Order: sequence, then structure tokens, then C-alpha cells
Amino acid sequence: MQPIITTSGLTKTYGSGLTALHPINLEIRRGEIFALLGPNGAGKTTLISILCGIVVPGGGQARVDGHDIVRDYRAARRVIGLVPQELHTDVFETVWDTACFSRGLFDLPPDPAWIERVLRDLSLWNKRHDKIMTLSGGMKRRVLIAKALSHEPRVLFLDEPTAGVDVELRRDMWTLIRRLRDEGVTIILTTHYIAEAEEMADRVGVIHRGRLVLVEDKMTLMRKLGRRQLRLHLQDPLREIPPPLADWPLELGQDGSLLCLTFEAGEEQSRIPALLRRLGELGIEFRDLDTRESSLEEIFVGLVKES
Amino acid sequence: MHADRLNLHGMKAIYLFEMARFRRTLWQSLATPVITTALYFVVFGSAIGGRIGEIDGVSYAAFIVPGLIMLTVLTESLNNASFGIHMPKFTGTIYELLSAPISPLETVAAFVGAAATKSVILGLVILATASLFIPLQVLHPLWMASYLVLVALSFSLAGFIIGVWARGFEDLQFVPMLVITPLSFLGGAFYSIRMLPEPFQMASLFNPVMYVISGFRWSFYGTGDVPIAASIAGLLVFLALSSTMVWWIFRTGYRLKS
Ligand SMILES: Nc1ncnc2c1ncn2[C@@H]1O[C@H](COP(=O)(O)OP(=O)(O)OP(=O)(O)O)[C@@H](O)[C@H]1O
Ligand SMILES: [Mg+2]
Repeated sequence: MQPIITTSGLTKTYGSGLTALHPINLEIRRGEIFALLGPNGAGKTTLISILCGIVVPGGGQARVDGHDIVRDYRAARRVIGLVPQELHTDVFETVWDTACFSRGLFDLPPDPAWIERVLRDLSLWNKRHDKIMTLSGGMKRRVLIAKALSHEPRVLFLDEPTAGVDVELRRDMWTLIRRLRDEGVTIILTTHYIAEAEEMADRVGVIHRGRLVLVEDKMTLMRKLGRRQLRLHLQDPLREIPPPLADWPLELGQDGSLLCLTFEAGEEQSRIPALLRRLGELGIEFRDLDTRESSLEEIFVGLVKES
Repeated sequence: MHADRLNLHGMKAIYLFEMARFRRTLWQSLATPVITTALYFVVFGSAIGGRIGEIDGVSYAAFIVPGLIMLTVLTESLNNASFGIHMPKFTGTIYELLSAPISPLETVAAFVGAAATKSVILGLVILATASLFIPLQVLHPLWMASYLVLVALSFSLAGFIIGVWARGFEDLQFVPMLVITPLSFLGGAFYSIRMLPEPFQMASLFNPVMYVISGFRWSFYGTGDVPIAASIAGLLVFLALSSTMVWWIFRTGYRLKS
């Protein structure tokens, strides 16, 4: 199937001379949840803003649903819904009016039933007559989501949707996002909470200093880059790694009472029994053992350090 | 769905959004010009006007009506349109306008159309108020109406440019207060420039606002400080300049997009 978003060699240098994006080649698949990860200032918002028409692209091209974002901007933008990172809302307008406004702006005829559904989904229904300025920050975030959904987008950009959002709203939001995905909406989100990407995303892209350092299926990524660790809690602390174990990738921790074996995922796992046998021969006893897999967070920190 | 059809729903949404903003402050918007007009009539029409006598065969009170209307229409057009586009820039909601499938032309048409609508309404309210004080004649009503609309549109377009250019709300006030108001007063809103001694009369010919006011007065009384053709030509040049500026703004993304 043809990807819903393609960028080729997309770049951006701001007027200040800062290059926010080096050539970006990215394909987003139809119907997936794609998480864009990266530290502050990596270029996530810039990339999204270019695709949505808010920032003028430097070089390169991008297509949304087959439409060039510059030449055929109307058709491209019609399919896009954007929830911006900042809480940019109207002030005096009501929730209902602002949602209807967005729908009209995206060239759709009024549909009160649809707006009602969106507002109910976001628990905004009984706030519909409230002026936006009287709402709390979390409620304003919902209003922005409602505006984006009011015009039935096929692609939804969520730029840090859960920043400053409480646990309940976050849960509601994930439920909604999953449902949208089930309805065929493609979702691109940026987040600093790696746990979210890990839980929600189908694929992950990591962007750092304006370069896309990695795009990978989330599971593959975790398998490929994830480290596993075997941790042995020793009966008697060791002062140093005994010389017969010198050629093992071992580390001592917790004042010598914790022995850790680290290996890359996919590496020969039969080394564990071998190590345990070896320890037995050496008379080193342990109370307990556990294994851990590294999270996306650790993978991410590792990647960012490398590049 | 046809990709390149006009985004009528979008234009309507912006237009109604702007009109709703005016409606929220309807009473302030209407009270100001009505009270000001009444005051001008008391001061200029009755108190001072009696001593001035007729100008071009028109009583002084009647003479100032077109100027009074133009003064309000010019400043209101600039204010409404500049505020209308500056507000989303200020609150950040402009992101939505920029990301919508709406062309620059449609966006401008909706904003400028709304601003011009309001100032035309205000102009007519002043005309109605004035007619309560004195018997008014309008020699060329159709010309008067079309001219009013043309002026409102041109200056709303200029207001749009100011709203994009402005870095803060103080900047919005700059042009209406420091350029348009003085030029209107010096441009014959309250007198005929032929009453001025030289070199001021000559200097007035370089005041663009004078042409605007003169043309409007012609539609009332059939006379003006300059021929009507000069007024219309002036307005069209101004409209063309403003349109070019707006076109350039959207082409370059000037102060709208980075
Ligand atoms: N309008 C602008 N003018 C100049 N530089 C900008 C502009 N917007 C962003 N930048 C710069 O471009 C770089 C990328 O910014 P961007 O907002 O895309 O990062 P981000 O990945 O979204 O960061 P965050 O996680 O903090 O939201 C940053 O160095 C930023 O300072
Ligand atoms: Mg950002």
C-alpha cells in the first residue's frame, strides 16, 4: 500500500540561520501510529509544521495522501488534523463555536451530530457553551483535539498531546487514539514520555539535531537494540571480578554484592547456563537472580549519545 | 472531492467569526460614532457653523457630513481589519488558518469583507444620525453607496497589512492615530481646501486622504476639492498598492510563516 506521508530530502533552515532539519526521508504508513521521539529542539515540531503548512519548507518535497504539500496544498491539508504543542486557543468563543469554526475552515458543511460526538468523546459536551478562556489547561487541550477532529481528518498530528495532562485525561486520550486508529486514521505523535511511545506506537522514529537517526518497527527496535541483563544478588560480596571470569562482560555493583552480565538482544543466550556453572565451580553463591530488558528510553538515550 | 474548488465554507467561517466579534461589542461600536457625530454637530454645526455660512452652496453642517463619515470609515476599516488578523497572530490561533485548505485570497477576502461590512454599517449609522439633525440630500446615491464600499474595502485591506506587520497592539494604533486622523483633518474633512491660503492649498494636493474625502463629498453635493475622476483614480491606485502588498505578504510568508 502506498504510504500516506512521504518526505524526500525535506530540509529547513530558519531565518536565524539555524538549520532545524537536515534532509529528512520518511514514510508513514497508512493507518499506523507513528511516534516521533527526540530531545528538546530536535526538530519534531518543525517537521510537523512543514507538513501542515505552518512553516515554509526549505528544500525537498513532501506528499500527504499523494498530494504535494506545496503545489497541491488544498488537497493535502484537507486530510490533516493538527493538535499543536502550545495551547493556542481562542478566548471569547465558546467550545461549540470554535469546533464548528474549525470544521467550516476545512471546507466541510456543518454537521452538528458529528461535533456532538467529538465533544462527547472528549468529555466536553457539558462545557460546550462555556467560553474557552474559562477552561483549565487540560480542558483547553481537549478543545484543541476537538477542533482537529471536527473536520474528520485521515491523518492526525499530535504534538506532545500529553504535556501537562493528568492521568485520567491521558488514559482517555489513548483510548480515543486507539479507536481512531481502528477507524483507519493515521496518527503521528511526538512525546517525551517514552513509555507512551512504547505502549502506543507501531513504529518509532528518532530525530536528533534535525536528523532522523532511526525509523524502526517498535518491536524490532526493542529486539535489535534492547539489552538484556542478568543480575545476580550474591551471598557474599566480591571485592573484584575473579580472574577466571575476566573474559565475561561482567560488572560488579552495590559494593560487590551484585554481579551483572549484560548482553545484546539476539546474542547467544546459552551463555547464562555456562556462567552459572562457572560460578558454581568457583564456589560463588547467590541469593537471587533476575533479568531485565532495556526500555525504549535507554535505547533512545543510547542513540542520542552516539550521534 | 474536487481539490481546487473555492473553500466557501472556510470563507464563511472566518467572516462569521469576525462578525461575531463585532456583535459582542455592538453597543460600544455603535455608541461611539453616534455620540461623536452628535457632538460634532453641536460644536461645528450649531455653535461654529452658523458663523461660517455656506460652502459651495451647502450649509456648513451639511458640508461636514461626508467628511465625518469618511473619518470614521477610514479609521474603523483600518482598526477592524488590523485587529482581526493581529488577534490570531497574538494568541497563536493563526496556526489553524495557516494549516487550513484555504487560499490566501480567500483568507483575505473573508477578513477584509468582514471588516469592511462593519465600517459600511457604521458609515450608514452616522449618515442616519446626521439626517436627524439636518435635512440631507444625496445627489448620487448609487455612487455614494459604491464609493463607500470601495473605500471600506481599500482601507480594510490596508488594515490587514498593518495587522500582519504589527509586532504588538501598540503598533495597531500607530497608523490610524498618527497618519489617518491628521491627514483627514488636514484633508478637508471639515473645510474645503480652497479656504486654505497657499502654500497649504498646494500641499493638500499631496494628501491622499483629501482625494478620498473629496470624492465622497462629490457623491453628496456634486462638488469636491478635486474632480471625481481624480478621487476614483487615487482610490484604485491605493487599492492596487495594498493588494500587491498583501500578495507579497502571502508569497513570502512575511511575519506569518517562518
Ligand atoms: N520560528 C523559529 N525561528 C528560528 N528558530 C526556530 C524557530 N522555531 C524553532 N526553531 C529552532 O529550531 C530547532 C527545532 O525546534 P523544534 O521546535 O522543531 O524542536 P522540537 O523537537 O519540537 O522540540 P521540543 O521537544 O522542545 O518541542 C530548535 O533549535 C529551535 O530553537
Ligand atoms: Mg516541539
